[in-house]
Amino acid sequence: MSQLAAKSRTRAGALLGAIAILFSILLGASPAMAQAHTADDPSTYAFTIAGTLQEKDVPIPGVTITASQDAKSFQTKSDEFGEWTIMVPTDGHWKVTLDTTTIPKEFHLATKDGAIGEADLTQTDFAAVLFKFGSAAPVQAQSIWEQLVIRVFAGFNFGLMLAIAAIGITLIYGTTGLNNFAHGEMVTLGAMIMWLGYSFLHLNIVVAGLLAVLAAMAFGWFQDAAIWRPLRKRRLGLNQMMIVSIGFGIVSRYVLLLFFGGDTKDMSGGQTIITLGPIFTSNTTLISMAISVVALIGVALFLTRTRIGKATRAVSDNASLAASTGIDVEKIIRIVWLVAAALTGLAGVLYGLQFQANWSVGFDLLLLLFAAVTLGGLGTALGAAVGALIIGMVVEVSTIWMPSELKYVSALLILIVILVVRPQGVLGKKQRIG
Amino acid sequence: MDLIGIFSLAGNALISPMTVGYILCGIGLALHFGYTGLLNFGQAAFAALGGYGFAIATLDFHWNIWGSILFGLICSMGFAAILGIPTLRLRADYLAIVTIAAAQALRFYVGSSTAEPITGGSAGVSQFGEEFYNLNPLPADLTFNLGTVTLTSSEVWMRIVAWVVVGIAVFFLYALTRSPWGRVLKGIREDEDAVRALGKNVFSYKLQALVIGGSIASLGGMIFVMSSQTNQPSNWGTNFTFITWTILLLGGAATLLGPVLGGMIFFALMTLIESALGILVDAGLLPFLQVEQVAQIRFLLVGLILMLLVIFRPQGFLGNKKEIQFNG
Amino acid sequence: MANEISIGAAAPGCKKVDPILIADKVVRQFGGLTAVSVDHVEIPRGKITALIGPNGAGKTTFFNLLTGFDKPNSGTWTFDGKNLAGVAPYKVARRGMIRTFQLTKALSLLTVIDNMRLGAQNQVGEGFFASFVRPLWKAQENQITASADTLLTRFKLDAKREDYAGSLSGGQRKLLEMARALMGKPKLVMLDEPMAGVNPALTQSLLEHIKDLKSNGTTVLFVEHDMHMVRHISDWVIVMAEGKVVAEGPPADVMKDQAVIDAYLGAHADTDLGTVEIKSIKAGI
Repeated sequence: MSQLAAKSRTRAGALLGAIAILFSILLGASPAMAQAHTADDPSTYAFTIAGTLQEKDVPIPGVTITASQDAKSFQTKSDEFGEWTIMVPTDGHWKVTLDTTTIPKEFHLATKDGAIGEADLTQTDFAAVLFKFGSAAPVQAQSIWEQLVIRVFAGFNFGLMLAIAAIGITLIYGTTGLNNFAHGEMVTLGAMIMWLGYSFLHLNIVVAGLLAVLAAMAFGWFQDAAIWRPLRKRRLGLNQMMIVSIGFGIVSRYVLLLFFGGDTKDMSGGQTIITLGPIFTSNTTLISMAISVVALIGVALFLTRTRIGKATRAVSDNASLAASTGIDVEKIIRIVWLVAAALTGLAGVLYGLQFQANWSVGFDLLLLLFAAVTLGGLGTALGAAVGALIIGMVVEVSTIWMPSELKYVSALLILIVILVVRPQGVLGKKQRIG
Repeated sequence: MDLIGIFSLAGNALISPMTVGYILCGIGLALHFGYTGLLNFGQAAFAALGGYGFAIATLDFHWNIWGSILFGLICSMGFAAILGIPTLRLRADYLAIVTIAAAQALRFYVGSSTAEPITGGSAGVSQFGEEFYNLNPLPADLTFNLGTVTLTSSEVWMRIVAWVVVGIAVFFLYALTRSPWGRVLKGIREDEDAVRALGKNVFSYKLQALVIGGSIASLGGMIFVMSSQTNQPSNWGTNFTFITWTILLLGGAATLLGPVLGGMIFFALMTLIESALGILVDAGLLPFLQVEQVAQIRFLLVGLILMLLVIFRPQGFLGNKKEIQFNG
Repeated sequence: MANEISIGAAAPGCKKVDPILIADKVVRQFGGLTAVSVDHVEIPRGKITALIGPNGAGKTTFFNLLTGFDKPNSGTWTFDGKNLAGVAPYKVARRGMIRTFQLTKALSLLTVIDNMRLGAQNQVGEGFFASFVRPLWKAQENQITASADTLLTRFKLDAKREDYAGSLSGGQRKLLEMARALMGKPKLVMLDEPMAGVNPALTQSLLEHIKDLKSNGTTVLFVEHDMHMVRHISDWVIVMAEGKVVAEGPPADVMKDQAVIDAYLGAHADTDLGTVEIKSIKAGI
């Protein structure tokens, strides 16, 4: 089977046709495709990652080190001299992580994020990875307040990004009543196009970002025109539409997977680290936050100051009443889709630049977005923004007390708790029945 | 791979324990959605709790098989109660969001290193089915040929038990839905305020439906994990729930045999499509696809089928044209 | 003016000889808008009472409050001498106060006969465990079906017995909803606009049904816009405007009441109620 597959790969390059070329360019771009079948004896692997762990010249033995790339990972332990070596089968970028639980108590990593390194095997077959130990600010010495400041900052950043995507959801929900489960895929699309433009085609970062937002807008316009508008015309029920959106989300997600592969797209590079008190951040993060804030202010001005924005709110309040006062509801919905898609795509761009992204990132974020929107009271833009900031904070601040692998769990639990205590959301009004 | 081989695989998919696991979840969902109108998008969690409950009771508590089954059922019933009590008073679409969120939260939790001592973390739990396979009364050297697929004695035993459970579940549902109890559920599906105004405790009925449908799903989860004797968090992602919805809507949401037929058609069809795509890829006819990507096409199709069904045939294959199940 | 229903003269909030429902200081606000603010009202037992008033007067909201479908900001009310404030809708129905809805809620994908059967109270077979044991509920089910069939015949729906309720016309649904409410043997039946959308040919028989209810000892409270109907069958009329009870009394007297004529009937006696509606909404804003 693998021989056949190999044969088909060589033939694939020879086949012409516009679609085939497009597909193979995109797939060829993906590192996931380069390493389909590998032999299983590590000693025959051609690439080596190595390093030495020590603090003030004292070697650190027995630490577990893992090198991973996509689904593959290889482990080793540092020896009595603190030295370690991992043989890996393929080239490209490898993520190298220390298992911090295996670090002996007397040693401390220099920075909190210092347990993760990267080996660049794109040009060479050997890479050394350095982990810094014993700097002035060991993790354990951070006071609870410092940790809190760091987490609140991170939460604010994450919350801002969620907010622009959540406003996208809420605008669509407000005007059409659709709980769009395919919304996350616009985040993913934004992130993937950003990666394609910025990291793969090496375009200017602003150009790449604009391209990504435009792609998301095109996708938003397309899905409204091809799916949602016809379904509205057929007067399909809202719950039914919601299930259609789930189906559409799955289709979009797997098309993205087929195009971009399953690996996490690295878009870092060109960042400079900035220290603000106890906070380590980067220019990318600060600029992202600024962009989010500008986008949020922009939406607020759009909704409150422009004719179209006011019409949007009128449609959200009561579509039939708005229609009777001469507002073209379908036109407003079309514009809302474009605005929502642009915001959501932008969220994807910012997420990708800061946290890296893969094909399912949008779906992973979707539930947080729903949590944010529900928290704020379904259908109000301000509520969604406030809800998103709260969710962002909860996700980040909870990591002080909870393992970070459970941080999404805390957000989802908050969602459930809020629905119990205050189903109309933090800012929502009680609805009139009957 | 030859045609007989492909059809043998498809034939095996028709009756495999995995198919049965999904079918039982589909039957539970039929009670939730088809009869009561509950938009439960967390069916994977009920199945997962069945699987985990059984495995943990067997491995950690050393309970016998019946105690373990009971424990799995209790876990999913408890989950239904915890989830249902706060959310069943809310609008239908809230329930959808909460159930999918709760299912994901549960999956993150059981897969985390915090829960590892109990759930085995991301690796999950395995080898909990010894007692089940020891109950096998069939001769150990028995084999059953299904075209090119050969089933061992314990595989046949697994399938017999699985289908008996399906039979019981269908009969159970039949009895319930022909009764005044089922009539109240259908009334709630149509308009819960109307039913309230007639003096029925709507909340209590919805909770009963959620608990019972969840219990049937947890039996499905047990059968799902029993055939391979492994239970991992990755089994219970949102795709599990989405596939369950697809097979339910394929067969017809408010029909008794809909989920059974839907499940069999779905998995046989998927096997055929995957084999066909595999052959085409191997022959170099689909140059843009890699062999590993064929499995991804399955999920793409799940999404597509789900969309098309809801838009064009919401009543499914078995459903009455008039009985369109959505009220928006 | 003397009458046999109220104690003393009819006036907004007057005491009744034999009230079945007494509401006190019921207030419901939406945001800043007060939808209902009823100081005191009593519904006479065994009579047909009409609740009238322009749209937006708070009639339906008042219905929702009394039946537990909405919660008031404050207020109490008793039914048959027992407190009913804060009681869940289904318990309200079980106590014998059954309502219908302005927008009919026929259960579309249930057959007409199943709609009717659902209306019956205290069904053994509606319990989860009992539902498995057919002999436990078979006899009761037959009984229920028999009384459902009687009602369907009375409401001229017997020909539609096996049809889905969704296939009925608007007027037929109104009839079905009313018949279904009667399956629960209510002491007080509350009808929210029973005539809206009903074919004029059916109106007369509907009026007869409502009168029949009274002769069977059932109290009727209904919301209606159709003055003809109000005049024709009601024993007592309560007028609401802007959430308050502004007048009440026997229909002939209320129609003459200057307050009512000014507020509601007089200036617009010949105009379509739709215009009244819009003006009153604008006035409200």
